[in-house]
Amino acid sequence: MNLEKVVFGFFIVLAATLNFGFFIGDIDQPRHHHIYELFAAIVVNLIATVLKFGDRTQIGAVHLSTSLVADLQLVAAAVVWAIAVHVTGEGMSADVTTSVVSLSGGALFANVVSVILLIIETVMLRR
Amino acid sequence: MNASVFFLALRRMRAPLIVLIVIYAVSTLGLTLIPGVDADGRPAPPMSFFHAFYFVSYTASTIGFGELPGAFSEAQRMWVTVVIFLSVIGWSYSIISLLALVQDKGFQQVLLTGRFVRRVRHLGEPFYIICGCGETGLLIARALDRDGIRVVAVERDEVRIQELELEDFAADILVLCADAAQPHQLLMAGLRHRSCRGVLAMTDDDTANLAVAIASRLINPRLMVVARVASPSVERNMMSFGTHYVVNHFEKFADHLAEAIHSPHWYRLVDLLTGLPGQELPERHDPPAGNWVVCGYGRFGQAVVRNLERQGVSLTVIDPGSDLPITVRHVPGLGTEAEPLRTAGIETAVGIVAAGDNDSNNLSIAITAKELNPDLFVVVRQNRVANQVLFDAYDADFTMVPSRIVARECLALITSPLLAHFLHLVRAWPEVRAARVTGVLEGFSGGRVPLVWGVCLNAAEAPAVHRVLMMEQGSIALGDLCRDPAAHHESLPLLPLLLARDGRDHELPDDEMMLQPGDRLLFAGTRAAKVAQNLALDNRNVLDYVLTGHDAPGWLWGLLSRWRRQAGGLGQP
Repeated sequence: MNLEKVVFGFFIVLAATLNFGFFIGDIDQPRHHHIYELFAAIVVNLIATVLKFGDRTQIGAVHLSTSLVADLQLVAAAVVWAIAVHVTGEGMSADVTTSVVSLSGGALFANVVSVILLIIETVMLRR
Repeated sequence: MNASVFFLALRRMRAPLIVLIVIYAVSTLGLTLIPGVDADGRPAPPMSFFHAFYFVSYTASTIGFGELPGAFSEAQRMWVTVVIFLSVIGWSYSIISLLALVQDKGFQQVLLTGRFVRRVRHLGEPFYIICGCGETGLLIARALDRDGIRVVAVERDEVRIQELELEDFAADILVLCADAAQPHQLLMAGLRHRSCRGVLAMTDDDTANLAVAIASRLINPRLMVVARVASPSVERNMMSFGTHYVVNHFEKFADHLAEAIHSPHWYRLVDLLTGLPGQELPERHDPPAGNWVVCGYGRFGQAVVRNLERQGVSLTVIDPGSDLPITVRHVPGLGTEAEPLRTAGIETAVGIVAAGDNDSNNLSIAITAKELNPDLFVVVRQNRVANQVLFDAYDADFTMVPSRIVARECLALITSPLLAHFLHLVRAWPEVRAARVTGVLEGFSGGRVPLVWGVCLNAAEAPAVHRVLMMEQGSIALGDLCRDPAAHHESLPLLPLLLARDGRDHELPDDEMMLQPGDRLLFAGTRAAKVAQNLALDNRNVLDYVLTGHDAPGWLWGLLSRWRRQAGGLGQP
């Protein structure tokens, strides 16, 4: 067993699960989407991205790009939240919640692709 | 930036980046959990994520921005203290890692190699790869550079590379610090590059040269491959797979020495034509025929004996070894002592060859022998260019410097492939003819070795001449190309040596010879003459002047003068 692989798999799956946890629930209900979960998802996604740095294989490159997409979407969601709550003072209305959650939904898709890649890689190597 | 460098940097920066992310996350999270205090001292809800992230951003990067979202509670102050120390540690760690990466030898090597590969890829002009930039390689690189030919060098020794970088080259020389015997290093040096013209294997290691030759032959058969060898078996090996030119300096020099004894004028001609252009004319020494003594029976000694015997020179060899062939007259001992020299008959001999692989011993032999017989013709083998001072001080009749011989040979091959052919033809010349040509060449150049160059009358090398011959069915005599484009009636200091047409060779063609498209010509003369001739080959107006002695008028002027002529013709009945 390779510790590096354990850490790598852990962060990728954790990024996906946290993202899913934030995403699940009624799309316009702020009560269903806790902001701490979004924070955790962003941090874990960033760590997962850094872990994917420096792999020069084809699959490594796709890994990195999915992670970058997820980062982008989640950061966009966080920015929407910050603007709504702090800049415009609108607060977490149904509209804002919908757009934050749908952005995180996009990130979730990227994360799912990442997990699928992880599974494919594991199956391919089969060691 | 090169992709591999980028990836390497990312890989090394993984740990510091993750540490930074974690520190930021923990700091921000802490601030969003710890309750604050409002202006009246009552407990207030904690900071929101946005405010916490904003605060951590300017604190962690030690910007020390004074703006606070509000006064902090004691608990928040305690946490912020922790945050400050954490973030200082995180940033220091990242910066130290980055600095270590930049200073890392492997990383710098990757950077340098990346830059080298990129520069080689963007080379647009023809270039040669020189493997091994020792004494020989450096001589060749310098001479090629002076001729405006780009050079890519592969050298293993870092000290030599630093010396190379201090050299004063006209065009930037591209140097890779690598072992040329590794094929992928050769590929990096541009072996597959479309502008690569040839590979020169000039290391002092026969096996490395062999590896270079075979790699070049397999990977890019179109290239000219020139290799330097010292051992006859490696030489045969290289010839067997089609290396274009193998230069064995021992054999070459021994051959020249033998030819010089047999036909001195021929040797002088070869010496002039293959000399390093622009250097002072070598002093003329004609080795006498008679009894010769050879000290040392190593590779060079053997080559000398073989070649001299072929010319019928009688020889005595002085060597400490005992397993010499029976056909060789052998005196056991060292040439550095007087006794073996006397036994070998030094008093009656006409010449001596000090052929050892130790420069001090060779000089010692030469001095001892000269004391015994002051009229002796002395040939010394110089092994290291660094000892040039000693050999200059001694001033032997003939000094054999391996690196010079190899460099001259290679340059002759590269700069004018016709020359090799011409030298082959010259072998059959009578002495008188060689002497006449030598006289002409020596007259040109004011004590300098003449330049030898080839011209092919095609659209690329001589566009103006080619146009006149092909399109306009004009006729140009060889003598026209020897005329000065600045003064019609004067001829340039150059001599046509050879005209090759349809597989037939015309040696020393005369001025009345009419040129045809596709002719290949070989000239010898001064550098200035070459430049002047190039002008006539390239520029149509200059060519017209050379052919007619008049400057061709421009289109408008020509029209005007024709019109005036016509008008004048009408006016006068």
